Amino acid sequence: MKRQTIGIVATLLFSLIVVFFIPWLLDLTGRNDLYFTLTSVALLSIASAGVWLTFFIGRINMGQAAYALMGGYISTILVVNYGLSFWLTLPLAGFFCALVSVLIGLPILRLRGVYFAMTTLVLTEVSKLLALALPITGGASGIINIPLPKALKILGITLIPDFTTLANVKRAFYLLSVILMILCFALLYRLVHSRLGQLWRSLQQNEELASSIGVNISYLRLIAYAISSFFGGLGGAVFAAITQSMYPSNFTVNDSVNFMLNCFLGGLNYVFGPILGTFVLYFGWDWLFRMGKYQLLIFSSVLIVLMLFLPNGLLSLRFRRKSQA
Amino acid sequence: MGSLLEIQQLSKRFGGLLAVNNVSFVVHAGEILSVIGPNGAGKSTLFKLISSFLRPSEGQVLFQGERISHLAPHLVARKGVVRTFQETTIFKTMTVRDNVIVAHHLRSKANLLDYVTGSSRAKQDLNEFADSADTILKLLNLYESRNELASNLPHGYLRALGIAIGLATGPAIILLDEPFAGMNHEETMRAVEMVRRVRDRGVTILLVEHDMHAVMKISDRIVVLNFGEQIAEGTPEQIRQNEKVIEAYLGVEDESIGM
Repeated sequence: MKRQTIGIVATLLFSLIVVFFIPWLLDLTGRNDLYFTLTSVALLSIASAGVWLTFFIGRINMGQAAYALMGGYISTILVVNYGLSFWLTLPLAGFFCALVSVLIGLPILRLRGVYFAMTTLVLTEVSKLLALALPITGGASGIINIPLPKALKILGITLIPDFTTLANVKRAFYLLSVILMILCFALLYRLVHSRLGQLWRSLQQNEELASSIGVNISYLRLIAYAISSFFGGLGGAVFAAITQSMYPSNFTVNDSVNFMLNCFLGGLNYVFGPILGTFVLYFGWDWLFRMGKYQLLIFSSVLIVLMLFLPNGLLSLRFRRKSQA
Repeated sequence: MGSLLEIQQLSKRFGGLLAVNNVSFVVHAGEILSVIGPNGAGKSTLFKLISSFLRPSEGQVLFQGERISHLAPHLVARKGVVRTFQETTIFKTMTVRDNVIVAHHLRSKANLLDYVTGSSRAKQDLNEFADSADTILKLLNLYESRNELASNLPHGYLRALGIAIGLATGPAIILLDEPFAGMNHEETMRAVEMVRRVRDRGVTILLVEHDMHAVMKISDRIVVLNFGEQIAEGTPEQIRQNEKVIEAYLGVEDESIGM
C-alpha cells in the first residue's frame, strides 16, 4: 500500500512539473525553442513505450517507425482529404495501426529473437516504400500544409480551443504531447502491473512453459503487439500535426533503432525507462552537436560504455543503490 | 477405475526415423503410471505427443474419450492434461510464489479486462490464487523459499517448483518429465514421497523416467519402450520378470532394474 502511495505522489509531482512548471519556466526564460524539443521527446517516448512493451514479451521490435509513419499518414489523410477533426483522427490512427499490427503480428509473432527483429526491420523499410508508392500519400513530396487542430467541442462545451487562435501553438502542442505521454505511460504501468502483465512476463521468460499452464500465448502476444503499435500510431499522428507536413522520411529505420535504444538506455525493467531514455538520448545527441564531425563517434562510444556498465539501463543506478541499503 | 487417458496406436516419424512406433496404453484415473526405457527409446517424444507439443504422425490421444492430439498445447492444458518440464524450465526472474501464482491462469474466472481495471471478480481471483499457491508450496516443501527468486533456488528444489507450477493449473492428470533425473538416493526418496502426495490429492500421474529404482518403488503400472516400440506393460512385479525388458536393459540389468 505504502509503495502505491509513493508511486501516485511521484506521478502527480511529475505531471505537475511537466504540465505547469516547465511551461512557466520556458515562458519566463523565453526559451520558446525548447518547446519543440521537449514535445519531440514526449512523442518519441510514447512510440518507445510501444517498443518497450514488445521487449516485455521477449521480442526485439525494430518496426515501430512503420506504425509511427502509418499513424501519421492516417491522421493526415483523414484531416486533409476527408476533413475529419484531428481529435477524432488521433484515436483512429492508433486503432488503425493496432488493427494492421494484428494482421501482421499473426504470422510474424511466431518468430523469436533475431528473426523477429529482422522481419520488423524490413517492415519499417516496406512502410517507407509504400508511402512513396501509394497514390494517396503524395509520394516523395509528401503532404504539406496540414491544417492545425480545430477546437474540440463536446455538447457545445469547448474542451480544447482551436489551435489557430492560440498565441503560442508550440506550447499547446507541448501540453498535448506531455499529457498524452502521461496517459500512455499510466496505462502501460497499469497493464504491466496487472495480472495481464504477469502473464506477459511469463511469455518473456518461457513461452513453452506458459502454454503448458494453459496460457494462450499467441493471443497475449497479439494484444501486446497491438497496444505497442497503437502507441506508435499515436506518436506519429501528433508529430505530423505539429510539423504540419508528412513525408515518407518522417520515420525511418533510424527511428526504429532509436526507439529501441531509448528502451535500452532507460532500462527494460522499468516502465518509465523509455521516458528517461528518450530524454537523455535526444538531448545527449543535440548537446554533442558542438563536437562537429566527432558527434556520432562520441555519441556511440558513450552508448557502448553505458551498456557495458549499466546493462539494465540508467534507472538501475537508483534501484541498485536502494537494494543495497 | 475408469480410463482417463487413452493412447491409441501412436506413431511419430522424424524423417526416416520412427521415434515412436504404434504405442497404445491406457492410464486409469488415480494411478501412477510410468513409461521407462533405455536412452533413445522414444520416451521424450511420446511425452511431447501426449501433451500435444508434437503432432503424431499416426494414431491419437484421447482424454476422457475426447481426442486431444490435434489441439494446441494450451488447450490440452485447459482440458486438464498438464505437463511439467525438466528443471531449468521455470519463470526465472519471478519469485517462487509468483511462479505458482501465475500458473493459476486456468482457474481464473475474471477476464483480462477485469484484471486491468481491478474489478472485484479479479481481486477475488487473485486472493484465491495466492491462497492456493501457498497450499501447493507447503505440499511440496517450498513454502520456506517462497520469496526467493526462482533462479536462485537450489538445484533440488527446481523440480518441485516445476511440479508446483503444474499443480497450480488444477490438472486431472499431470505428466512428469524425468522427475528423478540427476538425484541421489536420498533426494529421490524425498521426490517419490512428493509425487505420492500429489497423487493423494487426486491427481493422476504419468511419468517418464530413467531411474529404475524410483520407478519400481512408485508406480502402480509400468510401460516399457525400446527403440520406439512398446515391449511390455504391467505391474512393477511383472515388469521385473519380463524377459524382453531384461534383454533391453542387458548389460546394466541387475542393479538398474532393482533386482
